[in-house]
Amino acid sequence: MVELVDETAKTKSILLDPDPADWAGHFAGQHVDVRLTAEDGYQAQRSYSIGSAPEDEHLVLTVERLDDGEVSPYLTQELRPGDDLELRGPIGGYFIWKESLGGPILLVGGGSGIVPLRAMLRHHRAVDSNVPVRLLYSARTRDDLIYREELKDYDARITLTREMPEGWTGYTGRVDAELLTEVAWPPAEKPLVYICGPTGFVEGVSEALVTLGHDAMRIRTERFGPTS
Amino acid sequence: MPPISRGFRGRRSDDAEAARVPPGQYVTHDFPVLSAGPTPHHSLDLWSFDITGEIDEPKSWTWEEFKALPNEHITTDIHCVTKWSKLDTMWTGVSLDTLLDGVDTSAEYVLAFSDGGYTTNLPLEDLRDGKAWVAYEYDGEPLDPEHGGPARLLVPHLYFWKSAKWVRGIELRRDDKPGFWEGYGYHNYGDPWKEQRYAGD
Repeated sequence: MVELVDETAKTKSILLDPDPADWAGHFAGQHVDVRLTAEDGYQAQRSYSIGSAPEDEHLVLTVERLDDGEVSPYLTQELRPGDDLELRGPIGGYFIWKESLGGPILLVGGGSGIVPLRAMLRHHRAVDSNVPVRLLYSARTRDDLIYREELKDYDARITLTREMPEGWTGYTGRVDAELLTEVAWPPAEKPLVYICGPTGFVEGVSEALVTLGHDAMRIRTERFGPTS
Repeated sequence: MPPISRGFRGRRSDDAEAARVPPGQYVTHDFPVLSAGPTPHHSLDLWSFDITGEIDEPKSWTWEEFKALPNEHITTDIHCVTKWSKLDTMWTGVSLDTLLDGVDTSAEYVLAFSDGGYTTNLPLEDLRDGKAWVAYEYDGEPLDPEHGGPARLLVPHLYFWKSAKWVRGIELRRDDKPGFWEGYGYHNYGDPWKEQRYAGD
């Protein structure tokens, strides 16, 4: 591990330099398994999305600390530059974007679901793609926005669900059919849609898109977290 | 020998629980959801469960016919490839032994197929002898669409992606054809106790 970057109060980016002999590169949207081993051999492993493009200098995992988590508190609070981290991957071949898949692309992220979508945006830019791309990002508050400064470069459409800060010019409230009608490419353009976020968020957004007439087979989802 | 994660202690479960949890898994009390796409919603009037492929006369049950079949109550542990395990889950479903009763086939493999285009492959013998069900109730309630309702395959001795959600039937096959996740690098068989997560494990 080479560097730790604060993204939000609960989220950090972990910059890694995997040994090129063990790491053949990845596609934007994939994840890795991180395995921790205690001195007595006890192990715990979890999956984390890759937030960097394949072309980037470092491999970046952006990890949100879950208060009752087992691995994320270690990664965000204990891990130090110079420490070794055991990774397996890249994993997942479906929730990826590459130029040959075309578009237009609609990326919809909720909370830390932005991470694999940011990898797609960076890749899109790195290969100088002409495929139209649009990002809709939902977070609770402005302070919860991950990659906040960088997202300005991508003309991200942002909605805040829990606050409306003074001077806020973005959207507020949940991602619903009305907001999607305004922001998403119309169904007639047959966008390729990637939705990542907590289960309830992904269920809500994907159902709204199908109801609006989008082709379910063009909607790829990645869900995380418990259901209530 | 994996590298020691300096300062990592971890959160261990008690021994009795630990013995029931395959390597690399942790116990959750929630019921996480994983799907490749939107949750399908279809009318039960149009639902059927079909057995096709290497079978003299394909079988088909409407929802009414299917629900009238003898059912079983199953309490079992389930293990998802994304690392969570959930203990003592309670299901109601129809055993594959019931559905395959009297079926004479030269097939050794099965490709289960679902609404939404999802498929998964299994050896036929893994569906026989009380090891697999088509489940339509969870915890005494109709199975939620996001968890695979109206009915999903339940094959708890394999990683849970083999328990195809929104299942609509099985194709009996002589050859083994990789299903959806199996085609994206996940293990062809998926035994959690052997930690067969990905191709090559």
